[in-house]
Amino acid sequence: MNVLLEVNHLTKQYRDIKAVEDLSFSVMEGDIYGFLGQNGAGKSTTIRMLLTLISPTAGEIKIFGLPLHENRHEILSQTGSIIERPDLYQYLTAYENLSLFARMSKIKVSRKLLMNQLEMVGLAERSQSKVRTFSQGMKQRLGIAVALVHDPKLIILDEPTNGLDPQGIADMRNLILRLSRQMGKTVIVSSHLLSEIEVIASRMIVIHKGKKIAEGVVQEMLDPANTLVQVETANNMNALKWLQETRWATAVIQGRHLQLSMNREDIPQLIRYLGEKGTDIVAVQPRHSLEAYFLSLTNNDTHVEPFAN
Amino acid sequence: MWSLLQIEMFKISRRPRTYIAFAAISAIVLIFQFAFKADGSSYMNLMLQSVQDSFELDRIKAINGYFMCYIILNTLLVQVPILVALIAGDAISGEANMGTLRLLLTKPVSRTQLLLVKFMASFIFTVALLLWMAVMALFLSMAIFGVDDMLIFRVSGEESQILQIGADDVLWRYFAAFGYAAIALTVIAALALLLSIYAENSIGPIIATVCIVIICTIVSNIGVPIIDKNVKPWLFTSYLVGWKGFFYIGTNADGQPIPGSLENWPAIRKSLFILIAHIVILLGISIAVFRKKDILS
Repeated sequence: MNVLLEVNHLTKQYRDIKAVEDLSFSVMEGDIYGFLGQNGAGKSTTIRMLLTLISPTAGEIKIFGLPLHENRHEILSQTGSIIERPDLYQYLTAYENLSLFARMSKIKVSRKLLMNQLEMVGLAERSQSKVRTFSQGMKQRLGIAVALVHDPKLIILDEPTNGLDPQGIADMRNLILRLSRQMGKTVIVSSHLLSEIEVIASRMIVIHKGKKIAEGVVQEMLDPANTLVQVETANNMNALKWLQETRWATAVIQGRHLQLSMNREDIPQLIRYLGEKGTDIVAVQPRHSLEAYFLSLTNNDTHVEPFAN
Repeated sequence: MWSLLQIEMFKISRRPRTYIAFAAISAIVLIFQFAFKADGSSYMNLMLQSVQDSFELDRIKAINGYFMCYIILNTLLVQVPILVALIAGDAISGEANMGTLRLLLTKPVSRTQLLLVKFMASFIFTVALLLWMAVMALFLSMAIFGVDDMLIFRVSGEESQILQIGADDVLWRYFAAFGYAAIALTVIAALALLLSIYAENSIGPIIATVCIVIICTIVSNIGVPIIDKNVKPWLFTSYLVGWKGFFYIGTNADGQPIPGSLENWPAIRKSLFILIAHIVILLGISIAVFRKKDILS
């Protein structure tokens, strides 16, 4: 597979704050590339730099093998995007919005093309309705139609499931998978929802405080040997003491839980061991694998202390 | 560029707020016309009090379409900058507020092109507004009040003057005056567009534009010699009412009006030059700022 997008040492600095620092990554053709990070990690800033909305302070971006800033028109004519919300002209109809942005993409616009796009996202019957009458999910689907109307090779979606209900999230997920697998598009999708990235992405990057902390193939990152397990016992201090004599000595107390990184297959053995030591176990919960991975990478850098009652 | 301009004009035409300005102009003009039709003679008596003995009015029909248009423009062209700011001040900030700016800028269109198109659309709106004023204030008044020689009341220093322009010498002056007003109002549009780049909602740039116009107008009329000499000549507000110059007819040595002449064409030309310079400078700054702006909305 060819490298479709290449970012080298990208930095964006606002006065003394580095929103993105020395970020390098590459996206292969046909990838669904996940961009994972907490709110404020620098995902949107990076994506806006990929779309020329923000100028980098330093670094280089190449898309389709071409330097972005010197070839802006050529690259953007083959790129579709939704940034955060699909904000469209509320006072225009779905058809008018799509037509307007299609013409800006400098393609030959026909009624058939526009209606096909609206059909694809399930809005053909509402083509003459004003966007202000649409639900958030419908706006998001129209945003997708706008992003795809010029048949781009690269699609960049920044937090595309924000504000959607569960059905909307599932629809969006299916659409992204279809774009990649059936239509051969390359998709970059950012999210702070780990489960989202885990389900759809083939490769991903994790950024934290503007810096890359991991990049790779998602399946390889979901190593069951690194499952984060939360154990709640009647006496966590005693349990911790027992664990420190074992291979699970890295356990720490997090709020009302003991938290330890371990192989998922060893959980029964852990329960037996604590039982033998007379520790009453209230609950054992293996955390979502990617979530565990993410938290271990960010050193449990939470904004709010875990709630303990 | 043409396609972008069409898109921009389509968007403007579909927004209800666009028509507020046209409705406001229609309302004001119709009120004036109704008032003068009902009781125009009282107004004329008041205006002519000081010159009644020396000026013979019976010869012409003083309240006619040309005169009405002049009276209306005198009042209306002071308010129109607000209407122009409503559209131009919304050009970029409105897109930022709706969230469509980031979508527009991810399309293969240069920022300079986009800004120029926004400016051209504001200019077209300004011209459309003036054309509507011409239809309402000039042509409708001509239909209602008829046509005759035109009287202009002018205060020059301590002295009040009445200028009389022949009926067949008026229409071209109106076309020139509307053309001048279009350029003067385009300065307001360029200013509002520049301020619009800095904001993420429309209210800020619209209010800021109106405030700047008010402040500059006050400074233009402050009457202090040091400001009159050093500041006033460079303020665009000093030239906003320069369209009146087209109605100050030139006279011969005997004080008789010379048809087709202007009293001070060089002053009008200088005013136009300064207004156009303002447009070029404001637009240049807008392009420079917008090209480098990080879009965070």
